[in-house]
Amino acid sequence: MRGGGGRRLESVALHALLFAGATLAISPLLWMVSASFMHAGEANASPPPLFPHTPTLEHYRALFTSQSLGRYFLNSAAISVGGTGLAVVITGMAGYAFAKLRFPKRDPLFRVLLAGMVVPGQVAMLPMFLELRQLGLINTLFGAMIPVLAPIYGVFLVRQYALSIPDDLLNAARLDGASELRIFRAIVFPAIAPVLVTLGVFTFLSAWNDFMWPLIVLSDDARYTLPVALANLAGEHVQDVELMMAGAVVTVLPVFLAFLFLQRYYIQGIMAGSTKG
Amino acid sequence: MSARLGRAEARAGWMFVTPALVLIGVFFVIPVISVFLLSFTDFDIYSIGDVANTRFVGLGNYRALVASPLFWTALRNTAYYVAVGGPLSVAVSLAAAVLINARLTRWKPFFRSAYFAPWVTTLVAVALVWRYVYHPQYGPLNAFLGVLGIGPIDWLGSPRWAMPAIILVSVWKNFGYNMLVFLAGLQLIPDDLYEAAELDGAGAWHRFRHVTVPMLGPTFLFVGVVTMIAAVQIFSEPYVMTQGGPLKSTLTLVLFMYEQGFRWWRLGFAAAIAVVLFLLTLLGTLLQLRLRRERAA
Repeated sequence: MRGGGGRRLESVALHALLFAGATLAISPLLWMVSASFMHAGEANASPPPLFPHTPTLEHYRALFTSQSLGRYFLNSAAISVGGTGLAVVITGMAGYAFAKLRFPKRDPLFRVLLAGMVVPGQVAMLPMFLELRQLGLINTLFGAMIPVLAPIYGVFLVRQYALSIPDDLLNAARLDGASELRIFRAIVFPAIAPVLVTLGVFTFLSAWNDFMWPLIVLSDDARYTLPVALANLAGEHVQDVELMMAGAVVTVLPVFLAFLFLQRYYIQGIMAGSTKG
Repeated sequence: MSARLGRAEARAGWMFVTPALVLIGVFFVIPVISVFLLSFTDFDIYSIGDVANTRFVGLGNYRALVASPLFWTALRNTAYYVAVGGPLSVAVSLAAAVLINARLTRWKPFFRSAYFAPWVTTLVAVALVWRYVYHPQYGPLNAFLGVLGIGPIDWLGSPRWAMPAIILVSVWKNFGYNMLVFLAGLQLIPDDLYEAAELDGAGAWHRFRHVTVPMLGPTFLFVGVVTMIAAVQIFSEPYVMTQGGPLKSTLTLVLFMYEQGFRWWRLGFAAAIAVVLFLLTLLGTLLQLRLRRERAA
């Protein structure tokens, strides 16, 4: 075995690498925040400045007044919060039923759903657009949230979790005369709450960050979500780096805060899903 | 009594799955089937005005696709992105996971969160940050390369460098997810295997090569194929950073589909591109199933 000196050197090298990696990972995000407080034109200097000379809120003010970013923020929030709420209830019920309720054709149906999981959503987008046009859902917030409402992976995730609910518990409640809806509310819902939180966090994230579908389905400026509005703004204001960075901060901040406060659900969800699968 | 309960249970079962099934059926199954039908028609801007203007054209769209140089450009660019970006992303994820999982590593939760942070961000927003990082005149990347004596490169403005630049952004943005998958896999490797290797005098590289890699093998293949399948679907990065340029060097398959379908309203033609996308994904999935079967055997 090697002595303490080798070990110490190994540890220093290891942590140097780890810190270098962490710097590469988060410095673009830190600089985004820093540049959003710079005066117009300040970032366009060589070498690029790391910090604002005198911090200013002018870009945030401009975004929320002349660029109506507040409206896009509300659109994004409505789609993400509404979509997440509906998705949690819809997939929660379906996942539980596939795990615990015996009904005809249950297992073949579930297998068909699983097979559908391999088809990328983009394949469906052209006909879906025509369909939504027929239904009058183009340019509506509901139309934009449709892809997140019933994620198949969510049904799968909830089902795996609900399998562990003891049958005896459900049967006892049935013998006591409880209705299935009541059983779901009183027994199942609390039992699967942890997986619903994980699912909710992921759904919120994908709804908030989604770009392609809102871009297709929302053509009216007043209905844009933040990512669509930001991409549009970036086309018009190529030179206004500081303004773009302020817009980027506003767009990223909600999901980033959700990550900071709920990260154990993210991390557990991904790590558990990968070892079971 | 139990028969009555059974019927109530079956009724409840159907009731509980109906909302999900209706949504999945109407907004996923029907569109996926329709895309094949749509690809055999000349559905275009006139059809949007009146569906009666649509004709059945058989394989016409596929013939037009094969004859279109843009389609081959998009396919080549997508293949480039998948073949370079996929393995690079997996390698970075694995390296990060191994470093974080090392026994000597302190502050593991900090590093894990820092590396994972880019994954939760909104792509459109961080793509704008990277557009600045790549700025030929003021960008930090060229400033850094300048110190090393490498002349300024117009990253997003040159057909040669635009795709590598986009690959770098994608790797930065996405490696955190696979890193967590690898971390989960690494934690399943028993410590005594490393201890035994160390007693045999194996250095860090040998331990990685002869303990980590074989034990992680299945996770490795799985992550690789899933990453490649996801990579085929790339759209937002080129849309925001280069609009497919310069000289179509970052035009990807899905971006091509989007432009044909929703900018030029050639939905029949675009549907044929969607079918190609479907077939490519299917190919990836079959590969994955095969690998999984081999692992089970």
